[in-house]
Amino acid sequence: MFKKDATPGAKSKVKSSAQRAIRSKVLDEYPKLEPYIEDIMPKKEQLDLVKLPDRVSLYTLGSTPLFFQHMDDAFMPHLSLVHKYPSAFHRLRIDRGAIRFVLSGATLMVPGLTSAGGRLPNDPEDTEGTYGDEELEAGEVVVIESEGKENACFVGVLKMGTREMKKVKKGQACEAGHYLGDGLWGLNLG
Amino acid sequence: MAEASTSSGPYPKKVTYCGVCSLPPEYCEFGGTVRKCEEWLKQHHPDMHEKLYSQEAIEQNLSTLSLEAQKRAEKDSQKKAAKAASAEAKAEELRATSKVLIKRIERNKRKYVTAVQGLEAFGLDIKKVAKDFGKKFATGSSVTKVPGGGEEITVQGDLSDDIYDYVVETYPNIPEDNVDCIEDKKKKTAV
Ligand SMILES: [Zn+2]
Repeated sequence: MFKKDATPGAKSKVKSSAQRAIRSKVLDEYPKLEPYIEDIMPKKEQLDLVKLPDRVSLYTLGSTPLFFQHMDDAFMPHLSLVHKYPSAFHRLRIDRGAIRFVLSGATLMVPGLTSAGGRLPNDPEDTEGTYGDEELEAGEVVVIESEGKENACFVGVLKMGTREMKKVKKGQACEAGHYLGDGLWGLNLG
Repeated sequence: MAEASTSSGPYPKKVTYCGVCSLPPEYCEFGGTVRKCEEWLKQHHPDMHEKLYSQEAIEQNLSTLSLEAQKRAEKDSQKKAAKAASAEAKAEELRATSKVLIKRIERNKRKYVTAVQGLEAFGLDIKKVAKDFGKKFATGSSVTKVPGGGEEITVQGDLSDDIYDYVVETYPNIPEDNVDCIEDKKKKTAV
């Protein structure tokens, strides 16, 4: 999605009515953000909308990127926001071997999640329950963490449900998304 | 990246980002600047450096990969390092060979404008510089497209020398030798 370096386009203020709508949509999508939403987008502060290439809108608070949205699709969290509130999102884990592919912008493949180092919901090896017991459907926004790392490296939309992944163990797992070091990550919001 | 926190409790988590490649330091190993990253971390976050770059950590990282995957990963990181190095060398060369041209152009008899080209090669935001020129010299200053691609700053008035001094003073990364003043005399029209 952001393989190329992007330069931020026009920046505009988000109207307060639109700001309320964004807030409630974000909470619909990520109910676990509820306790923190006032920290993330304070009611009294002004959100900005920055236009990015390919019809992506980025919402920022000052120079802090919060959520981006392609056309009218779901609001997706910027990775720096994910790093602050990791457990507020549905997350999966890839094995170590898949990390460098994801960081170079390649499509995330199912074997990276189903291998020994990967984690899907209801994983018997996930003794702490980090990855939950709720199977995810295609179309859901997921955060991808990495074997042996603390912070997430990717945010994207599932192309295949997690139940099916466990069955077929191959194919593409996610649509193109936002990864560490991509054009969105490197954006200079001054 | 700005850090803002007002709530107590575990969130927001405070994450350290690498001062060289901007990723969380645990991911530096996948970029092309890992050596510089390591130095930075050692200097700024020695405790984190110890954890991430200990012999043990490195061995553990490798042990989770098959031998073949290790080889591929190594080749890949060499490639990335080479790419990063050559990009840096290119940028350096571009800076060394780029010229800033300050051109005095006669518009009408005794009316001049000054055109400034080449600042973008030194990583400057032309629009911002144009604004600064306007403020500094209290005159009209705008960005115009140059035929054949690129942009230049057009300042109203004969300000070549002042702009020369200002540029050399304000932007220390532009070597003085790389700034030239030239005159663009209007072709003499037959009277
Ligand atoms: Zn780094």
